[in-house]
Amino acid sequence: MSGLRVDRLSYAYGAKTALQDVSFHVPQGVFCALLGPNGAGKSTLFSLLTRLFTTASGRIEIDGHDIGRSPRKALKQMGVVFQQPTLDLDLTVDRNLGYFAALHGLAGREARRRIDHALDRLEMSERRAEIARNLNGGHRRRLEIARCLIHKPRVLLLDEPTVGLDAATRAAITRHVHTLSREEGLTVLWATHLTDEIDDTDQLLILHQGHILQDGPTASLRGPQPLPDYFLAQTAQGAPR
Amino acid sequence: MIPYLIALRAIVTREAYRFVGQRSRFIAALVRPLLWLVVFAAGFRAALGLSITPPYQTYTTYEVYIVPGLCGMVLLFNGMQSSLSLVYDREMGSMRLLLTSPLPRWWLLFCRLLASTAISILQVYTFLGITAIYGIRFAPLGYVTILPALVIAGLMLGALGLALSSLIKQLENFAGVMNFVIFPMFFLSTALYPLWKMAESSEILHDICAANPFTHAVELIRFALYVQFNGPALIWTVLATAVLLALALWGYDPARGMVRRKA
Repeated sequence: MSGLRVDRLSYAYGAKTALQDVSFHVPQGVFCALLGPNGAGKSTLFSLLTRLFTTASGRIEIDGHDIGRSPRKALKQMGVVFQQPTLDLDLTVDRNLGYFAALHGLAGREARRRIDHALDRLEMSERRAEIARNLNGGHRRRLEIARCLIHKPRVLLLDEPTVGLDAATRAAITRHVHTLSREEGLTVLWATHLTDEIDDTDQLLILHQGHILQDGPTASLRGPQPLPDYFLAQTAQGAPR
Repeated sequence: MIPYLIALRAIVTREAYRFVGQRSRFIAALVRPLLWLVVFAAGFRAALGLSITPPYQTYTTYEVYIVPGLCGMVLLFNGMQSSLSLVYDREMGSMRLLLTSPLPRWWLLFCRLLASTAISILQVYTFLGITAIYGIRFAPLGYVTILPALVIAGLMLGALGLALSSLIKQLENFAGVMNFVIFPMFFLSTALYPLWKMAESSEILHDICAANPFTHAVELIRFALYVQFNGPALIWTVLATAVLLALALWGYDPARGMVRRKA
């Protein structure tokens, strides 16, 4: 099964349950927004999806590869943008991309070609020799998004990628990733707590207190209600017992 | 096999770039042992006379005696500093980048370890170069035979740092570990005084020193510098490396380790 599939995933930090029986499926080429208030379990879910840690209860499939059984195949098909910046600020743009390419086993002409392509897409080719620290927040984020596409993944995971950015940059990056998903057929899981980053055509997942409250097309879930109102109403009800 | 080597080269190169970028770190790494050599050893030369013990053939001055221990000190501090940067890396997120690469995690951590060891060895040779200018010189062949000893000792101390970094939750705790790990390890070893000197003052201290893996790393370096081989020291150092490496891999294991607590 392609895309991203999560089946009956649970996780606890000691006695504290962070995720309870979470299941959902994002088909190939679909942009899915994972909406949840702070502390809903989004970061735990991301850590499990990216195999920073694992759990015995539940199953995760990335583009058809079970992350528990064949983690390396699954990781190969995955592009990740973490909430925390992961650029090496002391290195140049070029070296940041080269380092990432090498971690995915790419070097030489092939790596060069893909890095050129990534920079062209961002219109940043002339800034390749610049130290990453000199880029503004928006450019750093865009660079991270371009970087996670270098190994041509099929599934893109973004954990609150617009944190700390101004409204215009936020809108631009959200639009950019929507376009990527549409044009390149990428499966996207976009975690956020901001409703204005979600389009009506996106798949919407609402995560609250470790449970999936809703899963479906945004437009049909919210109905006539504006999305912020719908989201507040959903999370006010609390998790199912 | 090729993706493994590509990643190794990239990780080592990245460490080298970072190291070159942090010039203050390089200078600090050199000033520390040089201070010991010039100030501490000069002061103690009069107080401590060292009789002939292997690998020394003749009466040895204290300044000459502590050079291998100070090489060990460079490796020890650098191993810890490198894991400090791992804790920092993890907080900054770039450890995540490393751990989500599709290569096996043990290989990625091992590459990181090799990279930090290479940087450490570069520092040791710079230190030895300065001591040579200062007037403490060894047989030319000794500078070659010391290399494998430095590699093993560097791996051991790097593995210790790696293991600690997987167990430490925050940067702040790390300062405590520096005090509770680095200083006892350094002072309770043969870096500054030979074992028999320790035995004169206290049997317990002697036993602790004899069991300290850092003692064996220093002795391995000391013998190698005099183009001699110290079998027991080698075995001890290799064993300690294996145990610490296993601990580090356990610490970074996504299913059982401690990483989960801090994500």
